[in-house]
Amino acid sequence: MNLRRDVFQAIADPTRRAILLLVASQSMTAGAIAGNFDTARPTVSKHLQILTECELLEQEQIGREIYYHLNPKKIKEIAEFIEPFLEMWDERFNKLETVMKRYQSRDGKKNKS
Amino acid sequence: MERKTKVNAEDGKQEIVITREFDLPLDLLFKAYVEPEIVEQWMGTKVLRLENKPHGSYRFETSDPQGNVVFQASGVIHEFVADRKITRTFEMENTPFAAQLEFLEFDALTDDTSKLNMHIVFRSVELRDQLLKLPFAQGINMAHNRLQDIASKLR
Repeated sequence: MNLRRDVFQAIADPTRRAILLLVASQSMTAGAIAGNFDTARPTVSKHLQILTECELLEQEQIGREIYYHLNPKKIKEIAEFIEPFLEMWDERFNKLETVMKRYQSRDGKKNKS
Repeated sequence: MERKTKVNAEDGKQEIVITREFDLPLDLLFKAYVEPEIVEQWMGTKVLRLENKPHGSYRFETSDPQGNVVFQASGVIHEFVADRKITRTFEMENTPFAAQLEFLEFDALTDDTSKLNMHIVFRSVELRDQLLKLPFAQGINMAHNRLQDIASKLR
């Protein structure tokens, strides 16, 4: 597989985000994870493979089973990375709201006088 | 506190959708996009030109405190329907980033609240992902600059 696995792309998919949330509370086997989705088992396996490749999930062999758990270090990395983009727009729009509220009250007073 | 702004960037797509609900009547929200002096206030940039009509163009420019131009962006307006929508291109000048297409839709939720849906289409998936990372890089730069400011004042 030559496809470069971008962490960002990995978390852009809703199913994969759901898997991350699911595994966040406890380590689970592929079967247990798949049991939570209507999607076909191979599709879930594919998602797990992608999440593992970009190190968001880690595998751990316990007895005969492979358990998946979150890699908190990597999760922290992406949380911090998408955050500034969202923050930039949120701040911008907060500013817009403040500016327009001031404008509205000033305008309102003007109309009354 | 939950953010009022949402960003949806789906896997492998060359687009993003930014949505935001405002505690403002629709006409005021729209006005914030139309009046140059208001745009300047919330975008934090100088508006050199803003022609709100089909085939109109716009140009923004930001300078640092020393007066050096640090950011220039421009584009053309394709569709302009008051209180409803603006379709426009956006390009950051002197950067490797290609022009992007923006569909801005404005909706009234109640008499006092409104919603903005901003759908941005990029030239490629790679470019979109790079652009999403941009504020991250800029944030590091800004922190760095601030540090330099503080350091130079100490001297």
